[in-house]
Amino acid sequence: MLAVRDLAVGFQTRKGPVNALRGVSFDLAKGETLGLVGESGSGKSVTSYALMGLLDAGGQIRQGEITYSGMDLRRASEADMRELRGREISMIFQNPRAALNPIRKIGHQLEDVLRRHGRASRQDAKAKAIAALEAVRIADAPARYHAYPFELSGGMCQRVVIALALACDPQLLIADEPTTGLDITTQKAVMDLMGDLIRARGMGAIVITHDLGLAAQYCDRILVMKDGAIVEQGAPEQLFSAPRHAYTRRLVEATPRLGASIRSLLPAEARRPEPQHHVHNRPLLEVRDLYKTYRGKSGPVSAVKGLSFQIKAGQSLGLVGESGCGKSTTSEMIVRLQDPSQGHILFDGQDIAATPAARFARHPLRRDIQMVFQDATGSLNPRDSAAAAIGAPLARIGRMRGAKRAARVAELADLVGLPQNLLSRFPHQLSGGQKARVGIARAIALDPKLLILDEPTAALDVSIQALVLNLLVDLRAKLGMSYLFVSHDLNVVRLLCDEVLVMKSGEIIEQGPSAQVMTAPQHPYTKALLAAAPQPPQRPTAK
Amino acid sequence: MAQISMNKQPAASSQWHHILYVLRENPVTMLAFALLGMFLLCAILGPALVPYDPLATNAARALEPPSWEHWFGTDNLGRDVFSRVVVATRLDLSISVAAVALSFVIGAMLGAVAGYWGGWLDAVLNRLLDTIMAFPLFVLAMGVVAALGNTIENIIYATALINIPFYARLVRAEVNIRRDAGFAQAAKLAGNGDLRVLALHIFPNALPPMMVQVSLNLGWAILNAAGLSFIGLGVRPPTPEWGIMVAEGANFIVSGEWWLALFPGLWLMLAVFTFNLLGDGLRDMVDPRKRS
Repeated sequence: MLAVRDLAVGFQTRKGPVNALRGVSFDLAKGETLGLVGESGSGKSVTSYALMGLLDAGGQIRQGEITYSGMDLRRASEADMRELRGREISMIFQNPRAALNPIRKIGHQLEDVLRRHGRASRQDAKAKAIAALEAVRIADAPARYHAYPFELSGGMCQRVVIALALACDPQLLIADEPTTGLDITTQKAVMDLMGDLIRARGMGAIVITHDLGLAAQYCDRILVMKDGAIVEQGAPEQLFSAPRHAYTRRLVEATPRLGASIRSLLPAEARRPEPQHHVHNRPLLEVRDLYKTYRGKSGPVSAVKGLSFQIKAGQSLGLVGESGCGKSTTSEMIVRLQDPSQGHILFDGQDIAATPAARFARHPLRRDIQMVFQDATGSLNPRDSAAAAIGAPLARIGRMRGAKRAARVAELADLVGLPQNLLSRFPHQLSGGQKARVGIARAIALDPKLLILDEPTAALDVSIQALVLNLLVDLRAKLGMSYLFVSHDLNVVRLLCDEVLVMKSGEIIEQGPSAQVMTAPQHPYTKALLAAAPQPPQRPTAK
Repeated sequence: MAQISMNKQPAASSQWHHILYVLRENPVTMLAFALLGMFLLCAILGPALVPYDPLATNAARALEPPSWEHWFGTDNLGRDVFSRVVVATRLDLSISVAAVALSFVIGAMLGAVAGYWGGWLDAVLNRLLDTIMAFPLFVLAMGVVAALGNTIENIIYATALINIPFYARLVRAEVNIRRDAGFAQAAKLAGNGDLRVLALHIFPNALPPMMVQVSLNLGWAILNAAGLSFIGLGVRPPTPEWGIMVAEGANFIVSGEWWLALFPGLWLMLAVFTFNLLGDGLRDMVDPRKRS
């Protein structure tokens, strides 16, 4: 149905031309689902934009052919492309909220599309829009017809976007990271829905994702991209059991999965024996009956309801849950950026919740509780160089000056594997993995006893994630820190943590040693979470 | 110590390179900075540059049209218009720079406090600023000068007062969106109290849009000061000042002596034009993200 031959795309930038795609060729048969997998910058999104004729200004197809059902898309006029988009080829974008018009009811947005393509008349548009909402399994569609995007959850919004994309029965659906930012159970629901619709309508589909596990589960065939070229393609089982290209092998190994150890995520040549960390039988942090209630528009909202747990010295505790379960609120209260409404936080036997968060900056225990933030980019001041960011806690709390501080910053950079020459750079000049390292270096600068890690790898590519996770394991053994690891990704938590807490709506619903919770979950919610995590096909773990 | 100085030097020279880059990349910015340089030269060296004493009258050569001897002609008392225009640069620029600096500092402090702590403080400050903005600003400035007295200081205070709301609102918005940013929280973890987080981490990030505001505001402030003098509130004759010169010259346009009002007016326009062009370039210079 779709044939791409030797496609090359270039961009004009301030620093001269950049080749985004270098000779990409593939075919898509009717009814086939193709997975386009690669890390950031591999050119997978550019491929889809080139297909849709939506390249940014400055982007240009240098050579190659795109044929869709016998039609040459490269030479099609803009008017033809407009007809084609939506009716024949449809696209689902990364951020469903941004793809919907925030000030128009979703029903009206559906009607717009239907009528624009002559699929509905003024009289039956509403009925057809409701039918389209029902097709994506939105409960109570006639009522939702009148909803605005902000009144819907992220998963609901993505369903509406899918309904929009499928409204005109396209033959080809392109989904660009359709579940990024969605919870894991929502991700499963959305992907299942999409898979069913694609199969029922016999459409061709291209699913673009960075998650190899997800692609393996939902695609018939996978293309692995790197630096603007396809390095390998094949069926998912074959790709996982016998990857031919070295890059595919690295990607497959770096994807956390059942039965993997943390070292096995790294490329074989970089594996060193995993260091053991020591768990003492003395509680470092004890949380007792922690409550947090916000004042909401319609009465008080309880974010955290009576949480009690402890972390032993040297132990790593995983805190797992979906968005809105209160895990971030909990970690912010422990790190003393927020005050609990009620309850105690004992650190080495001292109640740190007694000091208000606003005054905790000068508390003697400030240096012992540090945090690595979720968004490495947002957690670095755009005006500070890497060295200044790492040195900030040394200067304020450590009272280190001049050469002594510079030496410690250099030492920390070595510890986290950040090349010394990058220390003078500003955040926008660093890659995602490098920014994550700066954030970790800053957090461990004062040798804290407790490090809170709030989804430190959520925004990173899998190969970078593997490096950062291994770095954390090394640091834990070397410095004897305790970790509170907050995450939604059970596969990652299992690799790193001794014990795990599962949270839902502000309460702990299950806790125990991570191996036990992962293999024999008791609570139905934990079971659902585990089932929703995409699992790549089993393969013998490399030793 | 050796390491510190080694670290410092590339930082300073890279800032310098960045400024040069911005200037080279954008010819308009280059032009604006060239004009700014000229105005600064006039302001600093003005009296030494001009051919005549701006206050010296010469009844024999009154109301002469522009000539090689008197580039902008002479006024009704025989004073050289060119000398007066150039010498007035210092006064007009001082008034506007002082007024803008004053409103920058006060507005930034009010806005930062309102944006960071929010709550009732924010509400009270916002209503206060609304009240100022509810007046026609020029009329408010007139009222202030009329009430406080006709001095240069009072022109500065009046001009500063009517500009405070613009800064306060801009800073409030910029601070507010960064109040819970990751880097602000990280700064707290590094042992900074609220005040330090606000002043050293959040506020500097509001500088790029502030720079645009400052440069536009300098233009407005010059116009405002000249406007006050034009209607007789403010600088008094015979002090050379663009507003008064236009006002005095206006009386002679009917009788055909156009140069009296035209040249000070053009000079004033050029100054406002310069500051309006300056904004984008200044913003790019203080924004580290534009560096690469």
